[in-house]
Amino acid sequence: MTNKDTEKNEDWPLFEVFIRSKQGVSHVHAGSLHAADAQMALDNARDVYTRRNEGASLWVVPSAAVTASSPQDKGAFFDPAESKVYRHPTFYDVPDDVDCL
Amino acid sequence: MNKDNVSAVITTALRFGDNAMVLGQRISDWVSRSPTIELDIGFANQGLDLIGQANLFYELAGRLEGKGRSADDLAFLRGAEEYYNLQLVEQPNGDFARTVMRQVFYATYAELVFDQMVKGKQEDLAAIAAKGQKEMAYHVRHAGEWVVRLGDGTDESHERCQQALDYLWPYRHEMFAYDGVDDEMVGLGVLPEAETLKAQWMESLGNIIERATLTVNDSNWQPGGGRDGVHSEHLSYLLEEMQVLPRSHRGAQW
Repeated sequence: MTNKDTEKNEDWPLFEVFIRSKQGVSHVHAGSLHAADAQMALDNARDVYTRRNEGASLWVVPSAAVTASSPQDKGAFFDPAESKVYRHPTFYDVPDDVDCL
Repeated sequence: MNKDNVSAVITTALRFGDNAMVLGQRISDWVSRSPTIELDIGFANQGLDLIGQANLFYELAGRLEGKGRSADDLAFLRGAEEYYNLQLVEQPNGDFARTVMRQVFYATYAELVFDQMVKGKQEDLAAIAAKGQKEMAYHVRHAGEWVVRLGDGTDESHERCQQALDYLWPYRHEMFAYDGVDDEMVGLGVLPEAETLKAQWMESLGNIIERATLTVNDSNWQPGGGRDGVHSEHLSYLLEEMQVLPRSHRGAQW
């Protein structure tokens, strides 16, 4: 790829693609792509990420709109949860005849 | 469906099979040459939609014909004079603007036809149309957005888009030039009336052309005859490339 192409592509902002595979489950991050606008991003997402019948719904979000936690904060953010196993709901006995929990 | 209709159904299946085959072949030529990888994949998808449709139409035609010709035989062992596609779809890709313009022209037409065909009295055609309807709706959307984006874009993209419109505009006539076969299909509810089809197509294209800030420059030239096997020189070259392997190695298998 020449410099000219690179520059041209950089004019197209990056979008993050989220796919919901069926009704009732969450949209899951599938990847990212370049597009000139949100509409094109949606078409591109459809063409690139749902070719094998993966999707029931698509979201595209400008990558610039995503605020991410920083790697330096990893300790302060996530380590305190390590020692708090009681936050997992695993301390209850589930009666045998409850099927849909 | 009586016996007379069978011949008209075969012709109709071949015409739409050939439209899809030739345009699918044209579109797939963009793979690896598109402006972005996303478009590369998009065009591959569209090419496969069309070739899938062609396969179904050919299987139907071959079955009704009863001479044992397979979909592959029909695709690869007929010359240009036996191809019944619109001259529109055989036109060279040109630049990106002409490719997306041609796609809007054809997909809008095919979607309108399939919308009627699903309600028609020929069940096999109805089943193929039901699948094709959604595919064509997406092609209209995808290519239509590109036409608007380019037409209403920079000076250069507008100019190229206008040239594409001027180049392709005369090829619309053939879609609405019905013959006896089409009239039979109208009788079976398989095809829309020519006037209805034309009015709806002109309205859809008119909207896109207006949003794209383009101008219709009409001329008196009315190319036609593709649906009877009369083609521009471009089709022969396309078929030559597409058919060289099966013609050189009869019965070759993967």
